[in-house]
Amino acid sequence: MPFKFDFYDFTSFTQWVDWALHQACSPFWATFWEMVIVGIVFLLFYAVVGLYLVLAERKVCAFMQNRLGPNRVGPWGFFQTIADFIKLMMKEIIPIRNADKFLFMFAPFVVIIVNFLALAAIPFAKGLQPIDLNIGVFFVMAVSSMGVVGILLAGWSSNSKYSLIGAMRSGAQIVSYELSVGLSLITMCVLAGSMQLSTIVENQADAWFIIKGHIPAITAFIIYMIAATAEINRGPFDLAEAESELTAGYHTEYSGIMFAFFYLAEYINMFIVASLATTIFLGGWMPFHLPWETFAGFNHVMDYIPPIIWYFGKTAFLIFVIMWFKWTFPRLRIDQLLRLEWKFLLPISLFNILLMALIILLGWNIGL
Amino acid sequence: MTEDLKVIDAEEQEIIINMGPQHPSTHGVLRLVLSLKGEIVNKVEPHCGYIHRGIEKMSESMTYQQILHLTDRLDYLSAHINNEAYCLTVEKALDIEVPDRVKVVRTMLDELTRLASHQLWWASFGMDLGGQTCYFYGLRDREHILDIFEETTGSRFLQSYNTPGGFMADIHPNFQKKVKEFITYFRKKLPEYDQLLSGNIIMMERTKGVGMLTKEEAISYGVTGPSGRGSNFSCDLRKLHPYHAYDKVKFNEVLRTECDSYARYMVRMDEMRESMNILEQLVDNIPAGDFAVKMKPVIKLPEGDYYQRVEAARGEFGVYIISKGEKYPYRVKFRSPSFCNLSSIDLMTRGNKIADLIAIGGSLDYVIPDIDR
Repeated sequence: MPFKFDFYDFTSFTQWVDWALHQACSPFWATFWEMVIVGIVFLLFYAVVGLYLVLAERKVCAFMQNRLGPNRVGPWGFFQTIADFIKLMMKEIIPIRNADKFLFMFAPFVVIIVNFLALAAIPFAKGLQPIDLNIGVFFVMAVSSMGVVGILLAGWSSNSKYSLIGAMRSGAQIVSYELSVGLSLITMCVLAGSMQLSTIVENQADAWFIIKGHIPAITAFIIYMIAATAEINRGPFDLAEAESELTAGYHTEYSGIMFAFFYLAEYINMFIVASLATTIFLGGWMPFHLPWETFAGFNHVMDYIPPIIWYFGKTAFLIFVIMWFKWTFPRLRIDQLLRLEWKFLLPISLFNILLMALIILLGWNIGL
Repeated sequence: MTEDLKVIDAEEQEIIINMGPQHPSTHGVLRLVLSLKGEIVNKVEPHCGYIHRGIEKMSESMTYQQILHLTDRLDYLSAHINNEAYCLTVEKALDIEVPDRVKVVRTMLDELTRLASHQLWWASFGMDLGGQTCYFYGLRDREHILDIFEETTGSRFLQSYNTPGGFMADIHPNFQKKVKEFITYFRKKLPEYDQLLSGNIIMMERTKGVGMLTKEEAISYGVTGPSGRGSNFSCDLRKLHPYHAYDKVKFNEVLRTECDSYARYMVRMDEMRESMNILEQLVDNIPAGDFAVKMKPVIKLPEGDYYQRVEAARGEFGVYIISKGEKYPYRVKFRSPSFCNLSSIDLMTRGNKIADLIAIGGSLDYVIPDIDR
């Protein structure tokens, strides 16, 4: 059953912007202005998502801890993180003696740039996707694994032992968990038959992949959620910044806006991870559809909810789950962390790919 | 002895790290100098004295009533128990028998203090392991005990409610009601602690088999209190040398044989239940009578030396007073449990990881002002 409501399609709007710019100026300048517009939109999007995820985390953690959370700046502390951000922007960046100045200043930007690149390939709604690469999944994985470079640089250049230990931990952790993230995504690519994110979403028009792929898809989803939480250094896998052990790990020595960059990047990473899970497992912006004819009426009703709401709703739910992990579990130890990956998640992922391939060969998947 | 930066021994490839005096999980201004080989801790060297206030020396120029207020400041989490230990010593020296009412109320306040202390320990232990929600659960329940203290003793934290011979004032009329309310409340809340942390697989992985301390080692290092009892070292002074009304109540000495951090954790969890049992037995049986013995305004201990030890929340707390028969003591010595418990940290941590050091430190539950005095 194809997606019916073209009313929610952004393609015509973006094409109109393109056409209008081309009418107004030469092709070079049209492209230039398009890039500027996309850049500004993304900067704003980045800032808003980052800041409000910080607020959301503070509210969620307050909810879990019998507290109220920020409630002084604006209603429900709505402007709290904006105030925090302004404060951090005005704070002094403390230069570290004997630190490698260039790398020290460069590291936060590596993390930020990587974030932007990964965000660029995510389809937010039909036609609302900056770059639709035909290897979208691969691109996001490749780019987001570069984030570790920023963390390693930060740890190394700070010339602080706590930072160094944090960075080394993070290196070991991200390199290991990348495997499981990759394998679980590949499992789904096998099902989708494509690595292009827009195609992946459109293939889920009749049912989300987590329904279509049933057992291996659910396994892959769970593995992805665990491994992705580890990859973005969040609790219970937040060893890189293990507050009670390493004070703040790799960003111990950062202050002011440089610290804010790391902090924002952590939340954007969380957003990217949740977005990718939404796109690949939960149908991206696709409404909730069931593949059986009996549910045609139900599917039709679901179509009335705009895709952007579906998308952000699912992402928000996954982000909540990730926060839930963090605020209920204690932290793992580094050897336990690596054991979990190499002895449990990796073999299960490998087996899972095989299972998925078999299921597709035998035609046991639902829907298609 | 070490510079903060660039101390890398080329031969041994060890990194020396100063954990503390400012560090989130040393629970105060304790400095641990770690020799690390990667993540493995080769050696831990505790450096104390960052919060040394010279309480023992100060005591030599203070009257016996004044010293009492210093004992609060040792182990501030079991302030009331410290007060009592000191009062018991003075009463023993003067050969005063306090009224039964005082004995029972002291026992109850003792157990409330122990509960509050263990709640805070649980809270911070959870946070040491990275589960920050624990902290707020622990503090939420501790608040109820502090409210009881506030009503009866006039102070929430450092009570100084005791005085040689009894109490400063009688208990608040609401005391019994509040304690009963608290017990019903906390009996419901304690399973939450288990759900959140005790049964958690990550928590078990982090603590089981970590920080082994055999019974012999516990005895030779003088590790007492719940930490010692986690190593099957029977050292509960409430049972062995009963004071106050402890000989009148029924309770079990909690002992575990696993000798690891998890055993020390479980001992404290079970002790909270035992404390509530003790409270339940006493709350309806507070005898009527005076709340204090009439004392002279100037206390002069007869010449001699006096020692009294009690079971504080962290272990054996002892007060040793040498008197020359004057207004001021000649020498006062406090045997603080945290100091002896801390000394075993090197033994337990060697060969383990940094994260284990934090878990072990949390399971020892040291309080820094108690170490430094």
